Amino acid sequence: MSTVPRFWRHIPQRYNLVGTHCEKCDEYYYPPRTICPNCRRNAKMEDHKFDGEGTVVTFTTIYNATDDFKRQTPYNLAIIELLEGPRLTGQVICSPEVIEIGMRVKPVFRILWKEGERGIIYYGTKFVPTEGWV
Amino acid sequence: MPVGIVSYGVYIPRYRIKAEEIARVWGEREDMAQSLNVFEKSVPDFDEDAVTIAVEAARNALKRASIDPARIGAIYVGSESHPYAVKPTGTIVGEAIGVDHQLTAADLEFACKAGTAAIQACLGLVSAGMIDLGLAMGTDTSQGAPGDALEYTAAAGGAAYLIGREDLAAEIEGFYSFTTDTPDFWRREGMPYPEHGGRFTGVPGYFKHVTSATRGLLKKMKTIPEDYDYAVFHQPNGKFPRRVAKSLGFSADQIEPGLVVPWIGNTYSGSSLIGLAATLDVAKPGDRIFLASFGSGAGSDAFSIRVGDAIEDIRNRAPRVRDYFENVQYLDYAVYAKHKGKLRL
Repeated sequence: MSTVPRFWRHIPQRYNLVGTHCEKCDEYYYPPRTICPNCRRNAKMEDHKFDGEGTVVTFTTIYNATDDFKRQTPYNLAIIELLEGPRLTGQVICSPEVIEIGMRVKPVFRILWKEGERGIIYYGTKFVPTEGWV
Repeated sequence: MPVGIVSYGVYIPRYRIKAEEIARVWGEREDMAQSLNVFEKSVPDFDEDAVTIAVEAARNALKRASIDPARIGAIYVGSESHPYAVKPTGTIVGEAIGVDHQLTAADLEFACKAGTAAIQACLGLVSAGMIDLGLAMGTDTSQGAPGDALEYTAAAGGAAYLIGREDLAAEIEGFYSFTTDTPDFWRREGMPYPEHGGRFTGVPGYFKHVTSATRGLLKKMKTIPEDYDYAVFHQPNGKFPRRVAKSLGFSADQIEPGLVVPWIGNTYSGSSLIGLAATLDVAKPGDRIFLASFGSGAGSDAFSIRVGDAIEDIRNRAPRVRDYFENVQYLDYAVYAKHKGKLRL
C-alpha cells in the first residue's frame, strides 16, 4: 500500500526519470542508487535525468487486473531498456497487437494510479511507441 | 520594452469520436455535425487529465525554444477541469518540467478563457520586470452531460505559452478585456456536468463579449480588421467564430488557419490558444494576428499580436497543431463513455 510521503519522495524519478550515474565507472542507475555497487566507497555519484527513450525487452498484457486498473484492460506492462542501459518496468500505451519485443518507445506523462475517489492522484511516466505517435 | 510569446506548445489526445456517432446514440439529426461544423472531437485516454495535458504542452513549449526551465518565475494554469478541487495543477506541472522552485504559481478558472487570463497575468509580471519568464497555460478535459448539446463539442486539449521579453516569437502589442456577470454557463461545486442557458449562451454571451472586446481593442490599437493577416476567435463550435468574424469585418481566410474546432472540438481553456498556436505554425515574421478568447460567466480577452523573427527558428522544434490530427484513433460511443468515466459502476 502506497502512502503520500512515499510517493512524494519518488516524484523526481516518477515524473522525470531522474536516476543516478557513477562518473567513475560510467554506470547508470534507475531507480537511483546512492552507492555504486561497482566502485563502492570510490564512487562518484551524480543525478542523471534519463531522456526516457528505450526498447521493449519483454512484455505481458494484463486482461485481469486489480480493481483500480480493471477499466483499463487490456494494457501492456513491459520491461524497458533505456538508451543508457538501465531497465525499468512501465506501462506501454498501445494495442496488444502492436507491442512487440524490440519496439522503440518514448516517455509520456500520465496518471499512474488514483487512491480511490478521495485520495491522491499519482502521476508519472508511461511509454508509447516512438513510431506513429506525435 | 516589447513583451510577448517566447515559445508555445500544444497537446491534443490521440482519441476521437465522430459527431455522427454521438448523434446516432441519442437519435439526433444526422446532419448534427454539419449544423455545428464540428465533425469529430478529441477524447482523453483513461490516464489523461488536465494536468497530464498541461505537462505535455509545457514540455513542447520548452523544447520548441530550448528554454532553461529555471528561468520561469510564474506558472498560471487556466482550466475548468483541474483534477483537484484543492491542490494546484501548477505545482505538478512545474515539477514535471523541472523548474527551479523559486517561483509563484496559481490555478485559474474562467470557463473557456482562463488560459488567456493566465497570459495577461504573466504579461504584467514580465512587463514590470518582476520575473524573467512566465508560463501561461489553458488545459481542459471538458465535460458534457450524456445527450446534451455540449456532448458534441466538449473535448480535451491544451496549450502552453512562455511569456517573456527576449527572443520573441511574437510580440503582444496590446490587449483589451470585456467582462460582465452573465450566467450563460456554469457548473456548481461537486457536480459532474455543467449546465447552460441554451440559446442564451449565444447573443448575450459569446457574441456580446467577443464583439465588445474586439471593438475595444481595435479602437485602442487604432487598427482595423484588414490590418491583421490572421484572426482567432474562441471556438465553442464551428459556427460561432465564423459568424462573429464576419460580423466584425474579418474574412474567412483570416480565421481559416486557426479554426481547429471542426477536427478536435472545443478544448475549452485550450480552445483559442490552440487556434493561436495553429496560426503561429504558419505565420511569417511581421504578420499580425488578432486573438479574442471567450469565457462564459462571462468575458473576452482580445490581443493584438505581431509575429517576430524568432518564429522561423523555433517553429519546427516541437509538434505543430496539425501533427496531432494524424494517426488518430476513433472510438465508438460505448468505449468513449468508458474513457470519460460516464459509466458509474
